Amino acid sequence: MLQMVPLTFAASGLHSFTAAALAPGSPSLAHLGPLDLAVIAIYFAMVIWIGFYLKSKANTSEEFFMAGREMTAWIAGLSFVSANLGSLELMGWAGSSYQYGILAAHWYWIGAIPAMLFLGMVMMPFYYVCKTHSVPGYLKLRYGQGSSTVAAVSFAFMTVLMSGVNMFAMAEVMKIVLGWDMNFSIIVSSLAVAAYVALGGLRSAIFNEVLQFVLIWGGAMLVPILGLVETGGWNGFKARLAHNIATGAVPAGDYTHMWRSMGHFADNPMGIHWTGIVFGLGFAISFGYWTTDFLVVQRVLAANSLRSARLAPVIGSFFKMAVPFIVILPGLLGLVVLTNSNGSHMQLVGENVVKDCARSASGGAPVNLSQCSADLATTAVLPATQQAVLAGTGSVELHSYNEVLPLMMVRYLGPGLLGLGITALIAGFMSGMAGNVSAFTAIFTYDIYQPHIVKNARDDHYVLVGRIVTIVGVVISIGAAYLVMNAAGIMDYVQALFSFFISPLLGVVLLGMFWKRATKAGGFWGLLIGTLTSIGLWAWVKADPTALRFVAISPDAKDMAENMYRALWSVITSVGVNVIVSLFTTPKPLSELASVVYGVTPLPKEEPVPFYKNEWTWTGIAIAIFLALNIYFW
Amino acid sequence: MHSSGISIWFFIGVLLTVYGALVLAYGIFELVTNQTANVILANLHAPVWWGGILLALGLFYGIRFRPGRAE
Repeated sequence: MLQMVPLTFAASGLHSFTAAALAPGSPSLAHLGPLDLAVIAIYFAMVIWIGFYLKSKANTSEEFFMAGREMTAWIAGLSFVSANLGSLELMGWAGSSYQYGILAAHWYWIGAIPAMLFLGMVMMPFYYVCKTHSVPGYLKLRYGQGSSTVAAVSFAFMTVLMSGVNMFAMAEVMKIVLGWDMNFSIIVSSLAVAAYVALGGLRSAIFNEVLQFVLIWGGAMLVPILGLVETGGWNGFKARLAHNIATGAVPAGDYTHMWRSMGHFADNPMGIHWTGIVFGLGFAISFGYWTTDFLVVQRVLAANSLRSARLAPVIGSFFKMAVPFIVILPGLLGLVVLTNSNGSHMQLVGENVVKDCARSASGGAPVNLSQCSADLATTAVLPATQQAVLAGTGSVELHSYNEVLPLMMVRYLGPGLLGLGITALIAGFMSGMAGNVSAFTAIFTYDIYQPHIVKNARDDHYVLVGRIVTIVGVVISIGAAYLVMNAAGIMDYVQALFSFFISPLLGVVLLGMFWKRATKAGGFWGLLIGTLTSIGLWAWVKADPTALRFVAISPDAKDMAENMYRALWSVITSVGVNVIVSLFTTPKPLSELASVVYGVTPLPKEEPVPFYKNEWTWTGIAIAIFLALNIYFW
Repeated sequence: MHSSGISIWFFIGVLLTVYGALVLAYGIFELVTNQTANVILANLHAPVWWGGILLALGLFYGIRFRPGRAE
């Protein structure tokens, strides 16, 4: 999902990352021993075991596509947050925090928590009570088949493409980090995903996401712990960081505060403003992703009761708030602890610099010496380090920001533990693929195949279709992976495409859920014009980069600001068009809106529970922690 | 998760137990032979205590959610 794609990957494009790292003379970062390989092999054996075991639990369509709606709040909650915790996320945001400091944590806190809590406490009752199986399914109930089909087709198309991008990204990262052959990575991972999703359906995908979540913490948490030990705790880290800034080893900037530099676009390296963070990221992007993207909402819809469905995002929010500990903190620690083989301070650079400074396979000075020299002159790399790179002595290797997490792993993790860390990355990729494939399968079968191709077949027919579509989805994903491999520029467009639909969809869903007067025509035109607005603004800036000053309302704005304001304008447009068209068209009678609109939906009365099991209690605690974190790192 | 038979927590317990045992065994090997891996802070013997934590958690979940156990 573009909204959640790590900043450095989104901004620079993964293809440049991979092109840089795959350049001749780029050695792999880590070397695995037998123990590490055993750890990875055991993981694959486990996911296949789970798939075969759950095959007998996926006989009906409700079981295959909705996991039987039997997930507890904990499982749904962990799966909900895990579906978004891919390895590109981990590596990309760690790189972003190295580059921009703790500003990157905005994507984990204000860019997620309010939306997750809103989904659980306000929107979930409508999704859950109407017993929809998907977000397009909700649109069908509220606005009719037209809007639903548009959303389903676009979502299915993009989901399977994203799965391919994920697959490609995994193969690239395995190549860079471990030196593995890309075809091997693609084939092995896709076979495993196809097997366990086709066998066990959504339940299998959810089980593996929970497994992945535990693995990520078990594999990655040791890095910040040991990093803090090495730096002498948070205060020790800040002291060393201040020293590095004073000596020029780290570019000047405020790396440990989140809001102080948000007063103006020019005051922070991201080129963003607090209004963009609060309204663009915190509302338009975050609410669009966390409340209407079926990939994540599907996990919560599989909950075993309304209370579990409401609690799941709340539980997920606590873990989401903790993720910066294993993602942002390692990136920050990398600013002070990473060293070159000659003992000097290691300074990470952009992908383009790594690429331009690539050496030949036999080593020596960079092939493109003049370009490398020019690139290095624009960085904060110390003169002595620059000379070492240009001389090609081998004592200094250039690495990109995105490599900070693997570098930190290699620094601290020995045999076994390194395998665990790498397994966490692999699990993250596979889980991302499985999430996309399972969402694609449900959307295609329920919202495209059933209403338009075979309407009244037996239940087991749809289960069979689901299994076949899973395999087909994986095959298309493999095709997409090779397409991206051969035309890397496509990846940026695929990522951008997602952003075109999600934010306008938010406007349509919100209005449909909370305004009885919204009509079928209003929903359709709101979605269409909102999407066209988003595409139009994107194309405008693409064709004329100076247009960014108008889209993001400042000449000092940078790429990320464009994403935020574009999302905001498309939501506003979507809502505005929906309201205007609805006022001139005939609304549905109230009797047809029961269970889908606020005010005409009788919510089931739930059994009273002790306060410590009540969803409102935990929502209050989550809000308090969210506020405390933002104030502490203000 | 009763209706699905084996709980996901059991699978997690099994995996953590195996991983914990492997990492702990390697950590003890390092400790006994004094052949530490070439990593920073190797003197802290992270494989011993981290492997131990994983093993303890794995055993807890594996036993607590073992198949057939009435909750």
